[in-house]
Amino acid sequence: MTPAQAIVAKELRSAFTSPIIYVVGAVFLVIFGVLSYIAVVNAGSQAIRLMQIQGMAAKINLNDLVFRPTFYSTAIILLLVLPVLTMRVFAEERKMKTFELLMTSPVSINHIVAGKFVAVFLIYLGMLVLTGVVPVVLAMFNSFDWAPVFTGYLGLLLMGALFLAVGVFASAVTENQIVAEFLSFGILLSVWLMGAMGAILGDTTAGNAISYFAFIEHYDRLVRGLVHTKDLVYFACGVLFMLFLTHRVVESQRWK
Amino acid sequence: MIDVQHITKRYGDRTAIERVTFSVNTGEVLAFLGPNGAGKTTTMRILTCFMPATEGTATVAGFDCNEQPQEVKARIGYLPETPPIYQELTVSEYLTFVGRLKGMKGATLRERMPLVIEQVSLGDVRHRLIANLSRGYRQRVGLAQALLHDPPVLILDEPTVGLDPKQIIEIRELIKSLAGSHTVILSTHILPEATAVCQRVVIINEGRIVAVDTPEHLSARLRQSEKISLTVKTPPPDFADRLRGIPGIISVFAPENGGAYLVECALGRDLRDDIARFVVTGGWGLLELKTISMTLEDVFLRLTQHEEGMGERAGGDASQEARA
Repeated sequence: MTPAQAIVAKELRSAFTSPIIYVVGAVFLVIFGVLSYIAVVNAGSQAIRLMQIQGMAAKINLNDLVFRPTFYSTAIILLLVLPVLTMRVFAEERKMKTFELLMTSPVSINHIVAGKFVAVFLIYLGMLVLTGVVPVVLAMFNSFDWAPVFTGYLGLLLMGALFLAVGVFASAVTENQIVAEFLSFGILLSVWLMGAMGAILGDTTAGNAISYFAFIEHYDRLVRGLVHTKDLVYFACGVLFMLFLTHRVVESQRWK
Repeated sequence: MIDVQHITKRYGDRTAIERVTFSVNTGEVLAFLGPNGAGKTTTMRILTCFMPATEGTATVAGFDCNEQPQEVKARIGYLPETPPIYQELTVSEYLTFVGRLKGMKGATLRERMPLVIEQVSLGDVRHRLIANLSRGYRQRVGLAQALLHDPPVLILDEPTVGLDPKQIIEIRELIKSLAGSHTVILSTHILPEATAVCQRVVIINEGRIVAVDTPEHLSARLRQSEKISLTVKTPPPDFADRLRGIPGIISVFAPENGGAYLVECALGRDLRDDIARFVVTGGWGLLELKTISMTLEDVFLRLTQHEEGMGERAGGDASQEARA
């Protein structure tokens, strides 16, 4: 086991001994379940209305009526949930003075940052896998196109990774977990709102540039089943950039 | 093994340590002595590559702390002021994690773990959560962490803080047993600890090194006269005056209500023989006669309170202040 793998293993071990992960996981899964239930019920009542108008059994499109609304609302839930998942990763190390152990061990800062990120990412991945119950159950009662569901999940995974990278960065900045949590929430919400700002400016160069920085435009395409390289590049660059900033912040602690 | 040349560390305007220079030979145990805020922890943090020095160079085992930090880190076991422990892990889980972090292979780790647990006597608690351990045990977990990868250099920041007297003796014995095969720097407030464990002492005050020497030399250097304590069973009323008649005796402090006379003699002369003969011939009953050496406490206080007083000032004033 390399030092980086040891960090991942230790992070997972620590995460599962803290109550945070259970509360966050439970809340996330319950809300995801409720959101998809609401979407299914809405889809059902729409189908009934269609039947009354057209007088025949309408084929309802689960992709449009259930999965898309669920994916959109889940993105907002992630905004609230993921900062809680990442707030402790560096803040706690500094508060408990274990940071000194990491920094005086023959491990590069890259490995420390990567280890911490991979650990929270794996936890998030686990949460997403559990939400897979919803499409599996729906598939038993109706048929739908799996491809946009997978791209939607890909969108959730990539956008979640970016949220987590922002959270890891915020946690490295302070030794107070509440501050870390709120800081990452603030950063995420501001970037999110940039999408609306871009929309106000409309189809101008500035407007497009600002919209490009917001998550939603890229996430939206993936939810609709479109996999564009530029969106994948956006998320990958975002994650790497935030981890790079984290590296700089962790490194700079030494100089204080 | 460790060579520190003119290192200075500034935090903004505040200078934590200034032009600190010292070196430690392989296998030596060196104590860092100084009041709080003297710069002990800062020096140790620079040596362990936790933070870089503002100026100057520090090398450990021939590797520069700034240029090749990974090489230096791999050769150092470091116990910080607060033991860097994860409360949510058990002792053995924690040590496994530290071992992996230090790049130990599975087989070596399995071999070293029981040895280290034995060394710091953690056997009873190895499967308990660190959160439920007492302060003494946590300190020992911290020590185990530093020893685990068998580093040639050990840097221990106040290793015996929070331990009970029995544990302190155990840890001191452990550090003594490491001497020779390991190079050890430890910082401490407890002065007898430095005398008991270390070959050399660095006294640091307000960021500057005040003295580097063996504990014996340090007290000898600062002693301006030989002091002898003398207890006599039935001294005559003018005993002190008669005693002053012996050539070489500078002064005699008579006890107020029985007890030991404090006899001060010229430096480098052992008058115990003459005094003993004098008392025995007089038939007053010699009960005790011994030389008093300046303790490290006296040396420490003299150096950190009266820096300018080294050698020139009249002997004993600082040591008497300390007793007052």
